[in-house]
Amino acid sequence: MSSATPLLRVEHAGVRYVLRGGGFFAPPRTLDALTDVSIAIPEGGRLGVVGESGSGKSTLARVVLGLVRANSGRVLWEGHVVDYDDAGTMRALRRGMQVVFQDPFGSLDPRMTAGQAVGEALQALAGPVPSVAAQDRIRAALSEVGLGAAFANRYPHELSGGQCQRVAIARATVARPRLLVCDEAVSALDVSVQAQIVNLLHELSERHQMSLLFISHNLAVVRHLCEDVAVLCQGRVVEQGSRDAIFGSPQVQYTRDLLAAVPEPDPALQRARIAAARVQT
Amino acid sequence: MTADALLQVRDLEVDFSTSQGTVNAVAGVAFDVRAGECVAVVGESGSGKTQVLMACLGLLAANGSAQGSVTFAGRELIGAGEQALNTVRGTGIGLLSQDPLSALTPHLRIETLLTEGLLDRGLASRTEARERALRALRDVEIPDPESRLRQYPHELSGGMRQRVALAVALMCSPRLLFADEPTTALDVSVQARVLELLARVRDRGLGVLIVTHDLGVVAGLADRVVVMYAGRIVETATTADLLAMPRHPYTAALLAAVPRLHGAAQARLVGIPGDPPQPAERPPGCAFAARCDFADEHCAQRRPELQQDPYRVAAVACHRPLRAGTEHA
Amino acid sequence: MVETTVAAATGGQGLWGGAWRRLKRSRAALVAAALLLLVCVMALVGPWFSAWSVSQVDWSQATLATPPSLANGHWFGTDANGRDLFVRVWIGTRMSLLVALLATLVSVVIGVAWGATAGYLGGRVDGWMMRFVDVLYALPYMFFVIILTVVFGRSLVLIFLAIGAVGWLTMARIVRGQALALRQREFIEAAIALGLPAGTIIARHIVPNVLGTVIVYATLTVPQVILFESFLSFLGLGVQEPLTSLGRLVAEGALEMETSPWLLLAPSAVLATILLCLNFLGDGLRDALDPRQRR
Repeated sequence: MSSATPLLRVEHAGVRYVLRGGGFFAPPRTLDALTDVSIAIPEGGRLGVVGESGSGKSTLARVVLGLVRANSGRVLWEGHVVDYDDAGTMRALRRGMQVVFQDPFGSLDPRMTAGQAVGEALQALAGPVPSVAAQDRIRAALSEVGLGAAFANRYPHELSGGQCQRVAIARATVARPRLLVCDEAVSALDVSVQAQIVNLLHELSERHQMSLLFISHNLAVVRHLCEDVAVLCQGRVVEQGSRDAIFGSPQVQYTRDLLAAVPEPDPALQRARIAAARVQT
Repeated sequence: MTADALLQVRDLEVDFSTSQGTVNAVAGVAFDVRAGECVAVVGESGSGKTQVLMACLGLLAANGSAQGSVTFAGRELIGAGEQALNTVRGTGIGLLSQDPLSALTPHLRIETLLTEGLLDRGLASRTEARERALRALRDVEIPDPESRLRQYPHELSGGMRQRVALAVALMCSPRLLFADEPTTALDVSVQARVLELLARVRDRGLGVLIVTHDLGVVAGLADRVVVMYAGRIVETATTADLLAMPRHPYTAALLAAVPRLHGAAQARLVGIPGDPPQPAERPPGCAFAARCDFADEHCAQRRPELQQDPYRVAAVACHRPLRAGTEHA
Repeated sequence: MVETTVAAATGGQGLWGGAWRRLKRSRAALVAAALLLLVCVMALVGPWFSAWSVSQVDWSQATLATPPSLANGHWFGTDANGRDLFVRVWIGTRMSLLVALLATLVSVVIGVAWGATAGYLGGRVDGWMMRFVDVLYALPYMFFVIILTVVFGRSLVLIFLAIGAVGWLTMARIVRGQALALRQREFIEAAIALGLPAGTIIARHIVPNVLGTVIVYATLTVPQVILFESFLSFLGLGVQEPLTSLGRLVAEGALEMETSPWLLLAPSAVLATILLCLNFLGDGLRDALDPRQRR
């Protein structure tokens, strides 16, 4: 694989849900969650996917991970088309690609300690690992995300949101994936904790040459973390480009509107925005 | 403070009795809200800001108890019985909750949700109530209000639901509006609309008390800000003063942690290392000392009291407050 | 929220530890547990205290059926055949508890496996599996049991199986509901993203998280099973002589109610105690295992 081949490429992906309901005889209604979506992530690169709720960004994450089947289009991993039905391909894919979800408490099994959660991922992805070596790797993974050895025995309900999310990151990175998919991974965190986790993700990405697919509705965070950005609106990519291009000179009105709406702790700016909202109606 | 304060909170303390003993969630909180002004209580998870709101309306959990004084238009709310509180809820103080989907009863039509407060209290006849409901929907700029009355909450978009929830809160003409994280569950594009409506509520002469962790909301809407950390107030100031010249290190650090759209896209955001202390683990000194860049041993031993600034409408609880002009990231 | 942050301060204790602590706080549940323990102990050792055995007839009294008295050693009296009731009550309790526990175990094992699998797999498989449950529900189980008894004769094993075969249906439904809800949680998606096979996910992630509900419903199932067994005994289909169960004793006592009321009172009191205690314990367990820890 040449350095020019992107690590992950999605080509013209489409996801269509068939909705039931509407009476016994009504024709089934369809909902297009994604339409003709194409993105690419280079090795070690960080792509931010932004959009509002309903834009399809979470669906895109799930298509890439294989949790949702695309009805059209294809996904290429390391230059080869992924066959999501083939068990061997999937095993290799899972080792190469992991995920961190939005809800820090919901993404961890409440009945497992942090150490057990990370250990399970280690055995499933890089196993079988003998137990002494496994303990070492678990401890190393936790310490890399900033959690001391004592945290291995804690349960999710005994941890703060930020700590839970660190455990989730440790679990996702213990087997050294080449791509980490972050689905609104910092959206449920306080601002000060969000900053810590964003920094952690940046550090891990740089240190291990790990690519990031960072899904978020928070454009300001994306601006700090990602070099490339794709903007989704109602299942379509409306604009895509480097960070400077998107934030500096957005071409599409939707992107401009999104940028204009981001709250900033600047009174003059905010009051102007609110006044503008008044004029609009 | 002044005589025309709609809401006066003094020495508010909230405790919860748990299996581990009594846990203190909020202590020593005091502030005012006047008519025609918007006060924002800002804090992160665990700061106790939501409990302050709940304590004022008597909505604490069963194992919670509030002490101190909360007077609304001269009436004491702490310790008041359910009946007394019910005369204040709705007609005196309206509440706008965080998640409109769970705040609006799913099986009731919008018309019922809007008119039940009036009809239950016998404040209006059915036709009058319907008229006022239509007017309320127009006030919050819901298009085609007549057909909306017959709809159910799940048929509306998130932004519209929140506007309906606002209309419900204002139906019985309260003088004060409490808003608990009003824009957190909404998309960015509709946040400005909801904030604009809240600004209009304030301009109409109501007092507005907003609880939020979003400094952007604070910047656009609030006249004064109260910053809470670990259950206590650490700083109060006017919005402009707070955002331009924060005195407390926590406020400054919080501002520095917000990612910006403008300015240099630094690779590293400035987080605050560590976590806020658990309620049971609060140190004897300043609760923020362990995470503060400027703390010394004195800070860790003696808890700073909230001190009024002699020159401005502001107060800060810090042994070593930042001087104006201090660079902070 | 405050509860969880306080728990965090102590650190390292699991959800079971927290549940045990909460259970200890419920006085009703503790008293119920203590009483149940007493009943179990008596069922095991009670008969040793008495000089009589379970089918031994006492010819020395004036009539065969005598009321309870401390003097002649028949502390609960004797029945119409002259047998000591004290011993028979405790032997009967043994049998009832054994049947109840084993039958509940069978229904828990089958019900949890069935329900967790159906709820997790969802879709058409779930549909077929639960339709099967619905069909079984609709069958008149009494006919079922009677036919089985006719075909295989009256045996203890049959009783267990018959009761267990009915008990698992409700458990399956309850577990399926919980599994459906759990399926949507992100930690299950994370497990799928790890590439874990469905069986492992069900066993390792779904079942432990429904165990709380299962335990509560199991304690509430045991009374139902005891009553069902009593009903079978009442009809003559249950446990046969010389073994006896609380149900049989109640049935026999009911016949002699007017002349020898103690024959009904003693076994009924023990049965009622067991049922009440199990209900209180079930309530206490439900509160203790309430996963309010989830934020």
